[in-house]
Amino acid sequence: MSGTTDQRTARDGLEVRGLTVRIAGRTVLDDVTFTVPPGRRVGVIGASGSGKSMTSLALMGLEPTGAEVTGSIRLDGTELVGLRDRERARHRGSGIGMVFQEPGTALDPLRRVGAQVAEPLRLHRGLDRRAAATAAVALADAVGLPDPASLLRQYPHQLSGGQRQRICIAMAMAGSPAYLVADEPTTALDVTTEARILELFERLSTDRGTGMLFVTHDLAVLARIADTAVVLDHGRVVEQGSVRTLLDAPQHPATTALVDAARATARLTGGST
Amino acid sequence: MTRFLVGRLLLLVVGLLVASIIVFATLRVLPGDVAQVVAGTQSTPAQVEQLRQQLGLDRPVVVQYLDWITGVLRGDLGRSLVTNGAVGPEIAEKLAVTLPLAGMSLVAALLVGVPLGVLAAVLRRRAGGAVIGFLAQAVAAVPVVWAGMLLIALFAVTLHWLPTQGFPLDGWGEPARAFSSLVLPALTIGAVEGAVILRFTRSATLSVLDADHVRTAAAVGLTRTQALLRHGLPSVALTVLAVLGVQIAGLLVGAVVVEQLFSLPGVGRMLVTDVGRRDVTKVQSELLVLTGLVLLVGFAVDVVHRALDPRQREVGE
Amino acid sequence: MIRRLLTRPTGCFAVVVLGLLVVLALVSLVWTPQDPFRADPFRQWAPPGPAHWFGTDASGRDIASYLLAGTRTTVLVAAGSGVVASVVGIVLTAVGSLTTRWVREGTAVLLDILVAFPTLLTAMLLTAVFGGSLGIVVVSVGLSFGVTIARVARGEIRRIARSDYVVAARASGVGPLGVLTRHLVPNAAPLFTVQLSLAMATAVLAEAGLSYLGYGAGSDTASWGNLLADLQTYIGVHPWSATWPGAAIALVVAALSLLGDAVRDATDPRLTTGDRAARGTAATDRTAGTPGPGGDRAPDADDPATTTPGVTA
Repeated sequence: MSGTTDQRTARDGLEVRGLTVRIAGRTVLDDVTFTVPPGRRVGVIGASGSGKSMTSLALMGLEPTGAEVTGSIRLDGTELVGLRDRERARHRGSGIGMVFQEPGTALDPLRRVGAQVAEPLRLHRGLDRRAAATAAVALADAVGLPDPASLLRQYPHQLSGGQRQRICIAMAMAGSPAYLVADEPTTALDVTTEARILELFERLSTDRGTGMLFVTHDLAVLARIADTAVVLDHGRVVEQGSVRTLLDAPQHPATTALVDAARATARLTGGST
Repeated sequence: MTRFLVGRLLLLVVGLLVASIIVFATLRVLPGDVAQVVAGTQSTPAQVEQLRQQLGLDRPVVVQYLDWITGVLRGDLGRSLVTNGAVGPEIAEKLAVTLPLAGMSLVAALLVGVPLGVLAAVLRRRAGGAVIGFLAQAVAAVPVVWAGMLLIALFAVTLHWLPTQGFPLDGWGEPARAFSSLVLPALTIGAVEGAVILRFTRSATLSVLDADHVRTAAAVGLTRTQALLRHGLPSVALTVLAVLGVQIAGLLVGAVVVEQLFSLPGVGRMLVTDVGRRDVTKVQSELLVLTGLVLLVGFAVDVVHRALDPRQREVGE
Repeated sequence: MIRRLLTRPTGCFAVVVLGLLVVLALVSLVWTPQDPFRADPFRQWAPPGPAHWFGTDASGRDIASYLLAGTRTTVLVAAGSGVVASVVGIVLTAVGSLTTRWVREGTAVLLDILVAFPTLLTAMLLTAVFGGSLGIVVVSVGLSFGVTIARVARGEIRRIARSDYVVAARASGVGPLGVLTRHLVPNAAPLFTVQLSLAMATAVLAEAGLSYLGYGAGSDTASWGNLLADLQTYIGVHPWSATWPGAAIALVVAALSLLGDAVRDATDPRLTTGDRAARGTAATDRTAGTPGPGGDRAPDADDPATTTPGVTA
């Protein structure tokens, strides 16, 4: 028990300071600063084009080729900006993982999903083929996939959207990363599946102490999954703080616009935020 | 898969049938009288008539067609109108030159086109990529004849590394000389066809570079290059394979010109000669064989492509 | 459209080269530096100079004049093939779409079969019957690409007929003719143009190959293919002499296929919008727009790896 606390405080968190990304002369992210404390869930919201996705890609070192990245991204004390891809790749999957928006295209269509889950297992845990296959089944089970042994023998196109996303989550967690970046992971899913996947994210972060950066445009999802959030507008952080405050008392016009829009939709659908 | 196989096989057979009909019908539209042409200008009408009966040209067209087709199915491709030699064995003999040529050309084209295509895509934002792309465009636009002439000029005439023309009389009895005679021809076709394959590969690699599943592979810990090689290239290979069937047809056919240029005793050159001599029975069988090869290769490529793509292998389709 | 083409370097190059070709062809109708066919036995293999800008060949003919006269043949072959391909393509498309079900299905199967027939073999077949001529080149290439165009068009028609906006249009009362003009033609036009430019490029290459084999233009016609064929016999003595006609052919063929590329890029809305996923698909469709030595026939437009034309010889 105290071991866990020590572990927690020994980590500094995922600290982003002055992150700026320029592509072909255009500034896509401008001086973005926030922190994901260890084990906490932080949301990123904004309208389309606000730079949400670019933030998550930049954290992973997967920004488009030709993009200029300046500023600082510290993963529990290690500076990531400026590293060559070979060194950066060492942190991907083991220090920080990512789940993307479109599970349909995120998986290799030519390989069985079991092999795709096994790949990071072998990479990060040094397992041989057989051990990795066993570990993959355990991991698939941990992310809530039914009948994992036979499901892993299938190809991506044979699975449902929710199942594919769970596979992606399994792959992202395979290296036991300290932090997970999720870029609109439930946007392409139906509402029921979305709820279950969000449950999964909550469980993973609580059980494993994984810090999460959750990118979304949906305030309902944000309210559910995150404690604090960062609001992006045109590449800049315009407001950040607890989700409760952002929703009840938004300061910046961009935040207000998002909240108002969400309220209007909720009124139309008869629900409440 | 079985359903697909059967359907595709049916298409192949029907295709061959249609090809045979088209070839036969077209050749029978010959202006002038074949028997007259073969008999020569000095012969009497009676001799021409006798020749016509001998050659079976007085029978109804449909009967002549059926006669030919049933013969082909038995393995008898008819006899030359000019020499009366059996067509089948002669085609087989010439295929011993044309098929290795086509094979070597394919290897050359793939060795040139695929790696350079991938490279051109990876280097797309740098000068190297643009240079490769430009060269590919230029080479693909070059007529095969001229490409061959340039290669002869360089390697045979100027450097004397390889023979200018010809094929050993002994054929493959002298394997080393036979092989060296095919090198320049294969390089000629390989270079031009390779340029086309290069552009394909480049395009396929470009689309894969930005592919989501490649990005996922990098996200779990591979470097971007590793992700591309391990998860992108198989997709590229599949795309190139899909196109290859069409390109192989081009190889077989490009061989016609190249055999003429390099004086190789292959099926292509034989076809050209026979067309010139209006040797109808030979030409119809030669065209059928060549078309058949093209259709067969197309069939094989389709089947392999289908077998390799898990998305198309569903049982309950 | 021309303006948009000219802004890109490839489009600019293509338009300039092809424009020059047409101009030269017209010029050659009234003037050439010298008589292209005049053989001067005292001036064989003359190097380039003021009298003979590109030198002379084995018979002492002025190469520059011959090349200039040859532009006519090139233009005729390219244009002729384009016309034949268009006509055949439109007819086959019409038959394949507007007739009764059996005819439509039969046409589809027939197209699938015909697509596999290499152009050169068609040319040889026709040559065996009618003897060699430029007309054979034009007809062979035109037929091949007509079939390809019909296949591609059929694929497009099926895709568009199923698409949401056509269904919506029909639902709101737009008649079949309206659908045709407002949706089908604008969508199919770029594909059509691309195939057309590929057909023309293939035709020029085919003329070179067939003339070399002795079955293209007659020797009394000035054609670049004929010049290549003539110069080939002297390869032992003057190995590099074929540079002029060879380079001329390559230049025109490159221009034609680049034109196809440029048209496709300029009119493909997917490449101009910010939709990343669509751009990926569009990039796959942008496959080699270049003819190859003999491989021809493109698979239909549903197939990402489409538009590989090939060229015979």
